[in-house]
Amino acid sequence: MANLTLLQALNDGMKTAMRQDDSVVLFGEDVGLRGGVFLTTEGIQQEFGSERCFDTPLSEDGIVGAAIGMAMNGLRPIAEIQFQDFIFPGFDQIVSEAAKLRYRSGSQYTCPLVIRTPYGGGIRGGLYHSQSGEAYFCHTAGLKVVIPSTPHDAKGLLIASIEDPDPVLFLEPKALYRSVKGEVPEGHYTVDLTTIREVRPGKDVTVFCYGAMVPIAAKAAEQAAEKGIEVNVLDLRTLLPLDEDGVLEYAKRTGRVVVVHEAPRFCGFGGEISAIIAENAIEYMEAPIARVTGFDTPFPNTLEHHYLPDDRRVLDAIEHVHAF
Amino acid sequence: MTMSEPLSVIAPDGATNGYDPGLSEAELLHCYRTMLRVRAFDEICLKLQRSGRIGFSIPNLGIEGTQVGAASAFEKSDWLFPSYRDFGMALYHGITPLEMMHNMYGNAQDTAKGRQMPVHFSFDKPIRFVSISSPIGTHIPQAVGAAYASKLRGEDTVMLASFGDGGTSSLGFHSGLNFAGVWKAPVVFLCQNNGWAISCPVEEQTSSDGFAIKAEAYGMPGVVVDGNDVLAVRKTMLEAVERARSGGGPTLVECKTFRMGGHSTSDDPSRYVPAEQREEWEKKDPVLRFERFLEASGMWKAKDKEPMYSEALDEMSAAASEAEAVPKPGLESIFTDVYAELPPHLRRQGQELFELGKRKGDAAAGDGEFPL
Ligand SMILES: Cc1ncc(C[n+]2csc(CCOP(=O)(O)OP(=O)(O)O)c2C)c(N)n1
Ligand SMILES: [Mg+2]
Repeated sequence: MANLTLLQALNDGMKTAMRQDDSVVLFGEDVGLRGGVFLTTEGIQQEFGSERCFDTPLSEDGIVGAAIGMAMNGLRPIAEIQFQDFIFPGFDQIVSEAAKLRYRSGSQYTCPLVIRTPYGGGIRGGLYHSQSGEAYFCHTAGLKVVIPSTPHDAKGLLIASIEDPDPVLFLEPKALYRSVKGEVPEGHYTVDLTTIREVRPGKDVTVFCYGAMVPIAAKAAEQAAEKGIEVNVLDLRTLLPLDEDGVLEYAKRTGRVVVVHEAPRFCGFGGEISAIIAENAIEYMEAPIARVTGFDTPFPNTLEHHYLPDDRRVLDAIEHVHAF
Repeated sequence: MTMSEPLSVIAPDGATNGYDPGLSEAELLHCYRTMLRVRAFDEICLKLQRSGRIGFSIPNLGIEGTQVGAASAFEKSDWLFPSYRDFGMALYHGITPLEMMHNMYGNAQDTAKGRQMPVHFSFDKPIRFVSISSPIGTHIPQAVGAAYASKLRGEDTVMLASFGDGGTSSLGFHSGLNFAGVWKAPVVFLCQNNGWAISCPVEEQTSSDGFAIKAEAYGMPGVVVDGNDVLAVRKTMLEAVERARSGGGPTLVECKTFRMGGHSTSDDPSRYVPAEQREEWEKKDPVLRFERFLEASGMWKAKDKEPMYSEALDEMSAAASEAEAVPKPGLESIFTDVYAELPPHLRRQGQELFELGKRKGDAAAGDGEFPL
């Protein structure tokens, strides 16, 4: 065991996978010598050489497209997109190609690749270094969408994603890169995709969250506990494919649900969670489902702390559904 | 039309080999002063960033010649589609340091109301300095469309699309140049080849012999120019602007220059830029180069520099102090300008935020109704 930050755990995860399997390659803008703009890939080119870890031209379309070709032809590419905000030139390759290759070829051609990219706010990055675009991708059949929130999960989910036979979009909560630390096992291990992690037990209110919202929901739950409300906090970890049975099971336990994400509300992931519960477990609900989310606006800069859900807003929603 | 030897005008002794830039002494000194002001803006912003007063800045050190030479080729009625490293062009055309500092602080008087990161400026007078977007290359086809619109109306406006060496790998670069070639659009493409795209050297960006050569495939002239020679940049850009204005279509100009600072204030270039490369370019400093010309023409003396630079520093500090005193944007600025009219769901979300602030006693939320 080592005590690592989330960023160090990702670095360790990539190195572990690359040591284990020579077909794993890593590339993107500035990932080589510089070790990535956040230093997530630091030391990887030094250890594995510039044939397995290298910089690319500045084209996300090229990065994702090339990764697809590599994956078709026997490599296990990890493609880094410097910020999720810059993924959109590669959107066509992800949505039209990576996600549909297996389906359109009857599994003759497949696409076992991972696209890693930092997402989310909290670094004063304004419109284009802060976005949470998971909903765009969760609308894409054939793709998996994974978001860790602890160092342990970051490494285990990343290795599982690299070993997965299908394309995975691995969204890294950049606000947590250095702010969370935890015990991380050495060497190879995986965390199963499509499993929910219980962050905190509680019988009164259920809070579903993921990524950078997990510590915020946990903090709000702490405050709720002081007021006598026991909150069950759940980290979804894999948004697609989602553990729907798990969602329903946890929702039924309390009958009072809050969903938290920093992405905008309209057509956001919280809408899907609410719909699944409404369709399958409405009779268990004691209160309307509440969503605490970013606003339906672009992401601001100076006022980002008002845009991002904080413990205050989450606690307010917890109290609201509890008192209903 | 493609030349691989960069064009230069100012010789080591300051002579220009008969080239007349067509600028008065006052205009030439304005170019020089603008270069010093770019440097002063950089220096002050770096200090503000290091002391935590602003979050971020983009150094322009080393590329002042390219920016000022290029800016000088455009009229106030033309449009600039800049990159984030082009504020010298704004200063040249009379945008004030105070307007720029409002953006650096993201305060209530910032044109973008504090929504954008610092250095992502947007100005519409005295010249169109079009709102800067972070995603690289997106503005290149937009400049072509704007140029087409002017052409369609029979106006003689010319558009500038400015981007870096890294930007040439973007989708926007290729579709932009292709469209401009097909439409003979009145646009000038300025590739500022400053050696690096963050930590990626140009060899990782292209295997062609420079960037100007790419013009050929899109059916337009491509010219390479010494980007640290402000007069050579002016000469080349002016020819390109005149060609565009007179219906001759687009040009790709590649300015060879060097980013002397980090990519941004968050970057440490010593991690990847070889020391010899930096030292070699230090000798080609665009400000020193222009000084030799000004001195040889009797317009400037070495003793003038210090007072001019400290005047520029004072100007930038004063602007920073003034911007720092301006309050932050109000909460409603999160919700305005999303659409022409505030839709009901945004009004509701704003109202909820405002009420939560009141309930929780958050001073920043203000004390009235949501004002929209
Ligand atoms: C589409 C996109 N991908 C990645 C980035 C991150 N990024 C910001 S600047 C930059 C390098 C740009 O280099 P260049 O075009 O040469 O311009 P310079 O910074 O040298 O002026 C990168 C990769 C971005 N802004 N947009
Ligand atoms: Mg560059």
